[in-house]
Amino acid sequence: MLGLNKKDTTILIVVAVLTMAAPFILNPFPTNSSLAQFNAGYPDLMQRFVIYGIFAIGFNILFGLTGYLSFGHAAFLGIGSYSAVWMFKLLSFNVIPAIALSIVVAGLFSVVIGYISLRRSGIYFSILTLAFAQMSFNLAYSVLSNPKFNLTNGETGLQVYGSDPQYLKGSGPDVTHIFGLEMRATETLKLGGWSFDFNVGYYLCALILLVSFYISVRIFRSPFGMMLRAVKSNQQRMNYTGLNSRPYTLAAFVISGMYAGLAGGLLAAMDPLAGAERMQWTASGEVVLMTILGGAGTLIGPVLGAGFIKYFENIFSKINDNVLHTWFAALPDGMEDFLITIVHPFVGKGWHLTLGLMFMAVVIFLPGGLVQGGQKIGRLFRRRGANAPGPEGEAARKQPAE
Amino acid sequence: MDAILLQILNGLDKGSAYALIALGLTLIFGTLGVVNFAHGALFMLGAFCAVTISKLFNLSHKASEPSGVDFLGNPKYEDVLYVEDWFGERLGGWMLDWSVPLSILFAIPIMIGIGYVMERGLIKHFYKRPHADQILVTFGLAIVLQEVIKYFYGANPIPTPAPEMFRGSFDFGAALGFDANTIIYPYWRMVYFVFSLVIIGGVFAFLRFTTFGMVVRAGMADRETVGLLGIDIDRRFTIMFGIAAAVAGLAGVMYTPINSPNYHMGMDFLVLSFVVVVVGGMGSLPGAVLAGFLLGVLESFASMNQIKSLLPGIDQIIIYLVAIAILLTRPRGLMGRKGVMEE
Repeated sequence: MLGLNKKDTTILIVVAVLTMAAPFILNPFPTNSSLAQFNAGYPDLMQRFVIYGIFAIGFNILFGLTGYLSFGHAAFLGIGSYSAVWMFKLLSFNVIPAIALSIVVAGLFSVVIGYISLRRSGIYFSILTLAFAQMSFNLAYSVLSNPKFNLTNGETGLQVYGSDPQYLKGSGPDVTHIFGLEMRATETLKLGGWSFDFNVGYYLCALILLVSFYISVRIFRSPFGMMLRAVKSNQQRMNYTGLNSRPYTLAAFVISGMYAGLAGGLLAAMDPLAGAERMQWTASGEVVLMTILGGAGTLIGPVLGAGFIKYFENIFSKINDNVLHTWFAALPDGMEDFLITIVHPFVGKGWHLTLGLMFMAVVIFLPGGLVQGGQKIGRLFRRRGANAPGPEGEAARKQPAE
Repeated sequence: MDAILLQILNGLDKGSAYALIALGLTLIFGTLGVVNFAHGALFMLGAFCAVTISKLFNLSHKASEPSGVDFLGNPKYEDVLYVEDWFGERLGGWMLDWSVPLSILFAIPIMIGIGYVMERGLIKHFYKRPHADQILVTFGLAIVLQEVIKYFYGANPIPTPAPEMFRGSFDFGAALGFDANTIIYPYWRMVYFVFSLVIIGGVFAFLRFTTFGMVVRAGMADRETVGLLGIDIDRRFTIMFGIAAAVAGLAGVMYTPINSPNYHMGMDFLVLSFVVVVVGGMGSLPGAVLAGFLLGVLESFASMNQIKSLLPGIDQIIIYLVAIAILLTRPRGLMGRKGVMEE
């Protein structure tokens, strides 16, 4: 289907079902139950899942395929956000031109930055991209917000004011919309104790995620993707065979930059505000974490990683001592206090500690990320089940991992 | 003229910090070939050694005898510091005042220990992995260390003053024959600069004039041959990792009076120190030191008002611009060795 083989079609369908049914899947607990805090099916969080999913898919095209570790991808995210907000300020609250411009501008920036950075590889490439991103961050934070030429509005962040021209606005609504359909519009479906939110913005992002995912599958399976893999496995040999690798890596860099710009534009489309902190290098680090955690170089890994991190970021950071007390209430008092003392540093504000530990564990034990973990577990079961049959089990064992 | 002198002086203290961190980074890279993204965290840990020591010295207990009555007529008990109890009023008070320099004594063994554990426990397993993996795992470690510190010390900067003696400023201008009050420079920054020179000189002397240092230098040049000669080079490299950690830690200890330490100070310095290392040349110790001071001074020149009015925002990006220019025109850095990570 759509030029994909059977396996990829299955993956695409799985992703499609997951994203479309996300409001159900992420709200498995009734609203009044004590487990409702684990529900993640509210629009704001679901939007972030898919937007960061897009960001990570794009990053994976660069890092997963070519092995070039960029530490400055957040710059494109920020640039995308800024250009989208400028479209809101100048034209109207329609998100289509905003998203289009954010992709184009991020693409232009990534051509320039990529052209320069890709002259070096390895750690030097990481540091060059890091330097460019920090430069963009510093400029956006300070100089580009001077009164004469206010492009970024500095610390406050760029936002839309009533006095902005908005030439094409006419009678359109005052919030971000797509041809009149407001992004924040939400249908709530109540079923027994459950309630499910269907949000326009979320579904727009989800559709875009599906398209981006489809494009990334096509890139992975194309001769172009093959070239990128060749860059990762042995660039020197590739050069000796007479192929110039730089156009390929530059194309990959620009594509992933445009993905990041798209994600930034969508962030602004959901909430028309862009701040410089979106460009800081910790934000670049976050997308690296997502991609590695999910599994770099795999199709579905980055999406999983993005969802995983954003989910736990929201859920873990909500758990405070009171919640812990209700959890361990059944235990004897001393034990309860002891457990809470142990768990306390890892939840709530300490969520980053858990993230750091988890990330280290993944890099140390599972360089292929969660996807590899899943495969290992799957293989374990298959082997146990296939001990008796013989040849079939052998074949399953020899099947190379994705 | 006096303005130029002032900017050079201003650049020196930041440059010293850059140079010390970059020196440690280069030591680790040159010996073990590992790109250590947790080095900024080591700098921060050093700073928090000083914070801990000064907090410990400030521990007190209630006096057993009331010193008088408060306004409600209840007996009033003064707080008595343990250090004054144990060491007498004079020595105790002096220790309290000098807590930052005294922390050096504690920070050296602590930081060497941390470095040793880090290398044996984690880094050792990453020699054969690609550089990207090393960057990632040390990046994760940096996050963890940072969050642990944040958990124990909170997110706010903790002011840790320098000894009374060094709190004032020195009027350089008057000493050099300029008008008074044109070039004023805090004493502690001078101390920091001298201290960094001592540490840098110490590391270089250690590598140059001791047998241990000679073996390490031989190992940096050709690890395998040294190993074949029957020398346990791994053990020595582990010790070098500890020393590099101690250098970063000491840089942090002495930096506390200049800038109140907070949990993310390491990350702030890390990005810049990497740039410094790359500009100096990966694996070149003199290059790292030179680039550290150079970029520090350059940064302070760029923040002069005359230059800022000419090129707004230049002070924020000058270091990165220089790094990009150097990486593109002179890939080996200022003093990089041939063949070390040129690709």
